[in-house]
Amino acid sequence: MLIFEQSKPGRKTSSQMPSDAQLPHIKESLTDIPAALLRDTQPLLPEVSELQAVRHYTRLSQRNFSIDTEFYPLGSCTMKYNPRACNTLAMLPGFLNRHPFAPAALNQGFLQTLFELQEMLKAVTGMQGVSLTPMAGAQGEFAGVAMMRAYHQANNQSHRDEILVPDAAHGTNPATAIMCGYKVREIPTGADGDVDIESLRAAVGPQTAGIMLTNPSTLGVFEQRIQEIADIVHQAGGLLYYDGANLNAILGKVRPGDMGFDVIHMNLHKTFSTPHGGGGPGSGAVGVGKRLLPYLPVPLVGESDEGYRWLTESDLPQSIGRLSGFMGNAGVLLRAYIYMRMLGKDGMRRVAEYATLNANYLLVQLQKRGFDAAYPQRRASHEFIITLKKQAQQLGVNAMAFAKRLLDKGFHAPTTYFPLLVPECLLIEPTETESLEELDRFVEAMAEILIEAEQDSALVNQAPHSLPVRKLDDVRAAKSLDLVWRDKVDS
Amino acid sequence: MPFIPHTEEDIRSMLAVIGVDTIESLFDEIPEKLKIDELSGVPEAASEMEISRLMHERATRDGLQQCFIGAGAYEHHIPAAVWQIATRGEYYSAYTPYQAEASQGTLQLIYEYQTMMAGLTAMDVSNASLYDGASALAEAALMAVRANRKIKSGRILVPETVHLVYRACTTTIVKNQNIELVNLPYCPERGITLPETLQQYADEEVAAVVIQQPNFFGGLEEVDQITDWAHAKGALVIAVNNPLSLSLLKPPGHWGSHGADIACGDGQPLGVPLAGGGPYYGFLCCKQEYVRQMPGRIVGRTVDLNGDPGFVLTLQAREQHIRRSKATSNICTNQGLVVTASTIYMAIMGPEGLRRVALQSHSAARELVTRLARIPGVRQAFSGSFFHECVIQFERPVAEVLQRLAAKNILGGFSLADTYPELENALLLCVTETKTPADIDHYCEALTSILSD
Repeated sequence: MLIFEQSKPGRKTSSQMPSDAQLPHIKESLTDIPAALLRDTQPLLPEVSELQAVRHYTRLSQRNFSIDTEFYPLGSCTMKYNPRACNTLAMLPGFLNRHPFAPAALNQGFLQTLFELQEMLKAVTGMQGVSLTPMAGAQGEFAGVAMMRAYHQANNQSHRDEILVPDAAHGTNPATAIMCGYKVREIPTGADGDVDIESLRAAVGPQTAGIMLTNPSTLGVFEQRIQEIADIVHQAGGLLYYDGANLNAILGKVRPGDMGFDVIHMNLHKTFSTPHGGGGPGSGAVGVGKRLLPYLPVPLVGESDEGYRWLTESDLPQSIGRLSGFMGNAGVLLRAYIYMRMLGKDGMRRVAEYATLNANYLLVQLQKRGFDAAYPQRRASHEFIITLKKQAQQLGVNAMAFAKRLLDKGFHAPTTYFPLLVPECLLIEPTETESLEELDRFVEAMAEILIEAEQDSALVNQAPHSLPVRKLDDVRAAKSLDLVWRDKVDS
Repeated sequence: MPFIPHTEEDIRSMLAVIGVDTIESLFDEIPEKLKIDELSGVPEAASEMEISRLMHERATRDGLQQCFIGAGAYEHHIPAAVWQIATRGEYYSAYTPYQAEASQGTLQLIYEYQTMMAGLTAMDVSNASLYDGASALAEAALMAVRANRKIKSGRILVPETVHLVYRACTTTIVKNQNIELVNLPYCPERGITLPETLQQYADEEVAAVVIQQPNFFGGLEEVDQITDWAHAKGALVIAVNNPLSLSLLKPPGHWGSHGADIACGDGQPLGVPLAGGGPYYGFLCCKQEYVRQMPGRIVGRTVDLNGDPGFVLTLQAREQHIRRSKATSNICTNQGLVVTASTIYMAIMGPEGLRRVALQSHSAARELVTRLARIPGVRQAFSGSFFHECVIQFERPVAEVLQRLAAKNILGGFSLADTYPELENALLLCVTETKTPADIDHYCEALTSILSD
């Protein structure tokens, strides 16, 4: 039932609103606003008691899968434990009540924390400068490519109008390059899962602005010839962009700056465990090498003898500018800072180590139970792909059906049908925070589904069976759009 | 090992299954010379107790001030239930609801959110939210140019009474996409955009006109006239609103004869704490005919195999993970958790609660402004009505006034000196329902004493 269907005209939560005593002059106070500028209808909002609202939204929460309730091996999304301390401490009243335009002299506790976060992110990525302002991975990508463009323009290289993107890349990469005014050229992947070096060599030229790469790639393997790729692109006059979606795989082991990347965005909501929140808020902090330092998006936090302060357009006149109304998703940044401090330098390295251990263990166990790895000759990074092409052909049960049946067994589904170039794929990322027992339970569930697929494919194909709803009709949703509830008496 | 559950025994047995001796050998495809031995620049691990002590110190170091700054971020009372429920693990630690059957809680909540925002703005549809108000305006600008098929030009008229950072952010985001943002000056007496100012563009191709209501100075624009002017020449109207004010002010869907075409803004006033600038969320609503040009996530209601109602992400064919380089935007997240809190806030407050908060903020702001204007050397910069923010002009530099107010624990407002040179002695102040008569007395007394020196 929708909250609107529980609504009754005239029901109020009077303890939450200014009282009649506080509003003695309601009518008088409005005489100053011309009637033509005032609202003359009541907006459609529910009229419920506080308890009704609390119960409704508590019950709705129970219709969600989450990391706190289920194993969530969603490839490329790094669904690791979000420590509760990060939330509690980021929501201390002293942080929540801070206005973004409070003077720096009265904002030192907050600015120092952000400054130290910038420094730690520089250290783990091997970059020279960091800006925390992008509010999501895609905005970090935008900032990164916009900086590349600003750099080329400043160096009279405006004719460079093409960005290279491997065909395995996230969809945001080509979409971002277009938003920054570039053309996109796709680079194919070789049989071993690495970028096809000869195709890359053939593609670079005076028109090349740069390349956007994820390493380890979305295929779950480390790009072994990364230095060669860096040399080819740099020699052609292009820059290297690192998509930090898979930074969890190499944290504390290898740094993008050392691989030759000029610019990177990090997904703090993946690697640094800030919550995904049902689809945001994220944080897409960007790091740059020396060449791109002048172009970082503002504001940054700087340090001086008088303390910490915002650096703005006047400090960085060549900056690509502003990306958010204030300081990005500040509360998310606090959570990332707390997480990094709790891990410490050794904890960072262990993230990559145990994420990789869990992924390789899961891959081997699934192979033993009859599943095919997409790249069996390769080591898994922090994630890997299995392909259900054989099962789809022989049993008529595809990757999506497997995914939906996993939900019935109490596991969130892996990423399905991404990357697009592996047929019937499941991209599986267990993360470092899952226990051996949980991984074993997942293997058992996958093996059970395989047996079910052989014996009763309809059972799997019609999954899920035990969730609040059965399989939903996406086609109908897009065809006869119902995006807003309408009451019969809606104004 | 923080947050890693493996015992020594687990590690041994897992390595044995994989068939390697050490964890390090799992990294054997990475070139040796790229590997680092140690991370310098990151401190040793801190326990929860240690980090807790540190963060309490940082949170309280700067003391507590009474905040009269608005300028796009507003202090309001937030019911305790809002964030207690929003931070339940089932909302907090869920991903974007791609697996609809396992995400009905988040999806239904967003459908309810879309309904509430459409209700507040009196628009037909809403998306599931964008990053923040500033970037929502940038997305609205891109959307308007896509949606306006009659006008070939990418010219958008943007009054200088639109939030200065929203304008800066929009410039950053759209500058490589053949869009021209044209500044419209404001009336120095009234602090609003006069319809006459638009006349010089009467014969030019204009794709869209932006109107912020209430505007950055807190003043109320003549929205009906500007909307009708824009529509008469084939331009779309993009409204930028404080959503809380819409419980009191004419919603953009009712502006002029046909209503605004797109409405956007920052949802922060609806249950989201100031928190140093974020996370907030951007909202974006539009007329039904433009729904397929919308950026970002959209939730729709449909049915399941049994014919029972359920919710899914819909119109995904617009989005980057399907369309890649042909997508309407590169956006792939919304601000799910913040929207969760905001939806609970709106449900608890209801239409009467929002209206009372807006009214109380308005009348408290009027009270403070009226009293300040009686102090010698202080005047209201612009004539005309305002919502809960107002520009106050002094006869001396505003930086000094603000500094001395801060010494009395009052954040007196936002200085306009840096961004509007003609307003070098002016500040923008804001009063919400959180300020008591005693707080207003305190501000007046403090300013009187400072200016009498």
